[in-house]
Amino acid sequence: MIAQELQPPSLWQWVGDHVGDILIRLGQHIELTVIAVVLGFAISLPVSILLYRHVRWYTPITAVAGLLYTIPSLALFILLIPITGLTALSVEVGLISYTLLILIRNTVVGLRGVPDDVKEAAVGMGYTPRQMLWRVELPIAVPAIVAGIRVATVSTIALVTVGFIIGHGALGEFIIDGLNRFFTPEVIVGVVLCVALALTADVLLLGLERALTPWSHTHARPLLPSRTPGR
Amino acid sequence: MNQFVDGIRWIFTPANWDTVNFQAGIRSQLLYHIELSAISLLVAAAIAIPVGLLVGHKRRGQFLATSLANIGRAIPSFGLVVLVFIAVGNIWPSLQLSMLPTAVALVLLAIPPILTNTYVGIQNVDPGTVEAARGMGMNERQVLLELEFPLAAPLIMAGLRTSAVTVVATATLAGFVGGGGLGAFLYSGFAQRGQEEILIGGAILVAVLAILTEVTFAGLEKLVTPRTRTRQSRRTRDPFTEPGAVSAA
Repeated sequence: MIAQELQPPSLWQWVGDHVGDILIRLGQHIELTVIAVVLGFAISLPVSILLYRHVRWYTPITAVAGLLYTIPSLALFILLIPITGLTALSVEVGLISYTLLILIRNTVVGLRGVPDDVKEAAVGMGYTPRQMLWRVELPIAVPAIVAGIRVATVSTIALVTVGFIIGHGALGEFIIDGLNRFFTPEVIVGVVLCVALALTADVLLLGLERALTPWSHTHARPLLPSRTPGR
Repeated sequence: MNQFVDGIRWIFTPANWDTVNFQAGIRSQLLYHIELSAISLLVAAAIAIPVGLLVGHKRRGQFLATSLANIGRAIPSFGLVVLVFIAVGNIWPSLQLSMLPTAVALVLLAIPPILTNTYVGIQNVDPGTVEAARGMGMNERQVLLELEFPLAAPLIMAGLRTSAVTVVATATLAGFVGGGGLGAFLYSGFAQRGQEEILIGGAILVAVLAILTEVTFAGLEKLVTPRTRTRQSRRTRDPFTEPGAVSAA
């Protein structure tokens, strides 16, 4: 009897006993990710439009974004402690800064990919630069922009786990807790949910891209990674 | 801001390079970190480059290469390190506290970028050039090693650079699973509050090492980019033309 009670619970037993915790952590994970990607996009869209129009700013701005991108997340979260404390805000600031390079690069690539004859036709039809941006250039750039959002979202979901270092790791808390207690099922739950969340988000965003660009049903090639944000 | 000053002062205190809290100091942990990263990157390259070359040469396996890249991005590196640590502990308990568990995880993380970049680099070689080489009587081996490989070299280096930065960053986690490296300072700061200078100083060291790795590999990438194409080599340094910026359209 006693021996049975000392037996550690199985994976499914543990999951059954912690459904509430799992849902809360999953919710935190989604919240951290959505805020990071939405704010990252809100910052990078105007910046990208600016960089598209003023080419000479492209290299310095992406160099700064690239520098942020190179700093490992574990180090960046710690370096934010003196500024924003042991708060979810520190994790959020770090996550946002990692999305910038991906989003800016893809948006500018998308805008630069608009064919010249299309732009000339728009000018010939009397489009103002503003109309051209919103009705011609941005819609044509949508596949590249969404590809950037997909990469940013998937890498952000993986990076949130590192937030454990300042106590806001969402699903990553299961990983560090399982490690500290030598309890493998908890680690597995954290990792599996994290990967499942990333793949689900990727598929949903692909659907969004299809919905936004009904005119192009050529299947989009997923972006090849060149760099993964500092882990 | 004071905490940053304390962290920097901690780094520049010579005694800390010998011992920290009566344990390994900055010097030996830094060497451990570099050694672990270098071994992992070399093993990953030894696996990923040949596979990428062969798959790319056959012009097959596009699906495999892209899905590997996507899955690689979705796996949380922290989770992978912990899982491999646990697995090694179950199989060879005596090796659990060695470099091995983290090295295995780092190799797994480093393979996708090198493999996909090698593959894409080979595949991007103009088919007309390849046909011309065959027409001149080059055999498949020569086509691959004397034509495709050199032309793909800049992209392969870009993949190595991505992996190198990832490996150096992730090697920090070794300190959290009983290993050494600069992460050991972060771990001690994490486990016992009150030694902020070690935590911040360690984080600064990790960040600087990652940036130096990036800069070094960017330099190597420039070296393998043919000089005759100076305009292009300048462009490859521009993140805009990096392979990651391949547009989805």
